[in-house]
Amino acid sequence: MVEIKDLVKRYPSGQEALKSVSLTLEENTVMALIGPSGAGKSTLIRCINRLVEPTSGTILINGTNVCELGKKELRLRRRKIGMIFQEYALVDRLTVMENVLSGQLGYVGFWTSTLRRFPQDVVAQAYTLLERVGLSDFVDNRADQLSGGQRQRVGIARALIQNPDLLLVDEPTASLDPKTSRQVMRLIVELVQERNLQCIINIHDVVLAKQFAQRIVGLQDGKIVFEGKSAELDVSVLNTIYGEEDWNIKKKKKEDEDDEADIFSMGE
Amino acid sequence: MQEVRTTWRKKRKIENPLIRYGILVLVLAYLYLAGTGVEVNADRVSRGLSRVGLLFSGFFQPDFQSRGKYIVEGILESVAMTLASSAFAMILAVPIALGASRNIVPKWVYLICRVFLMLIRSLHVVILGIIFVIMFGYGPLAGVLTLMVNGVGFIGKLLAEDIENIQEEQLEAIRATGASWLKTVVYAVWPQVSTRFIGLSIYRADISFRQSTVIGIVGAGGIGAVLDTAMGRYDYHTAGAILLVIIIMVLVTEYGSSAIRRRIV
Repeated sequence: MVEIKDLVKRYPSGQEALKSVSLTLEENTVMALIGPSGAGKSTLIRCINRLVEPTSGTILINGTNVCELGKKELRLRRRKIGMIFQEYALVDRLTVMENVLSGQLGYVGFWTSTLRRFPQDVVAQAYTLLERVGLSDFVDNRADQLSGGQRQRVGIARALIQNPDLLLVDEPTASLDPKTSRQVMRLIVELVQERNLQCIINIHDVVLAKQFAQRIVGLQDGKIVFEGKSAELDVSVLNTIYGEEDWNIKKKKKEDEDDEADIFSMGE
Repeated sequence: MQEVRTTWRKKRKIENPLIRYGILVLVLAYLYLAGTGVEVNADRVSRGLSRVGLLFSGFFQPDFQSRGKYIVEGILESVAMTLASSAFAMILAVPIALGASRNIVPKWVYLICRVFLMLIRSLHVVILGIIFVIMFGYGPLAGVLTLMVNGVGFIGKLLAEDIENIQEEQLEAIRATGASWLKTVVYAVWPQVSTRFIGLSIYRADISFRQSTVIGIVGAGGIGAVLDTAMGRYDYHTAGAILLVIIIMVLVTEYGSSAIRRRIV
């Protein structure tokens, strides 16, 4: 379980990205974090594995306060936290397999990883994961030869080979087309359920958030302004999170997509 | 209704015309003063020109024979100095370049490595050569050390710049897996700069060969020493031969190095 209490992040520039945020995460749920650009979504999830150092507050993961961990303990904690990034953040010049195996860097020794002599069970896991995300044919391709959707699947495999108990997902679909976005989101949600993970997804796309997450948290200017089930997300909530806007533009959607056109008719 | 403006001029870098034209006048005045500052001694020039004639006559009748053995030895020594110094420079430059990259080390490490790089880069290769000749005596050892230190400065600085320009997201992603600093370097930093490093090293070897011809003149071995001796004896035919060999070798290494670099990048 993840419990965030009174989390504050002030950047050296004086900008207050997070103003006393408190949040609880449950197992086996996908929680979507929505809000306008600059609301502090990225900062919030980066505080959890301390890629960004919080200014004050506590983050308890299974009872341990992440904010107080020393360097070594932090590394041990990080290896149980998988992270998926907006621009995939794969190492372009490494192969797909190397990128996936890099998820094990917190577990294996220096020479083992440097000489690419990973233990057999790790390699077996990597193959299984690549099979699961549908990339078995691309094992030895360089990461920069793949399409966006394929790269994000490598990113997912890299996060999962860490055998995480918590998954932090930062704008997974921001650089993907609508169809690939849905496939990637579906994959993430399935894997969260298969492996009984806790998951925070930082996402711009309200439609996707409503469709795939069970809980939704709205962040605005570093504060939580909404927290609830995805079904509770409606026009008035969107207005509080993003400000007034005409949300109800009904578009004619293509036949080939099974997604509803009107986001507010979903789940009701 | 608001009136629409019909004239538009590009905004000037310096708005004040007094300053703008003032700078122009100062530059012109400087050029004039600089021109008058150079004393041209007609007599000295004419004497020099006749020596240029001698040198050129040496060029056109190069003598590879009489001191051929020394030329071959000198060239081989220069090549050996280049290879040895480049290899050492490559090995030493990597840790210093890592330390001089602000995005992967704490500030104090960064400052130490940067200051070190600045110091060794501030010394010209000839001055380094003189220092090492004083420390280790005449010969190729001083030459190797000179080229090595100069090479560390070159590769270290440029590699550090490349490391500072790597993609932060990839670094972040590897850090997020719980990887240690060293593993992060191997998995996130190295793949992004390795081809540049090899390119830089080859380019550096090319520069080292050219420099090895110069530092011989201050006593640090190589073909430069042979050239210096020939010049000192007014043996312009041999000097011409050596210069020709150097020119050809430089052209060959330069062509070769750029061909290899094109292929790997």
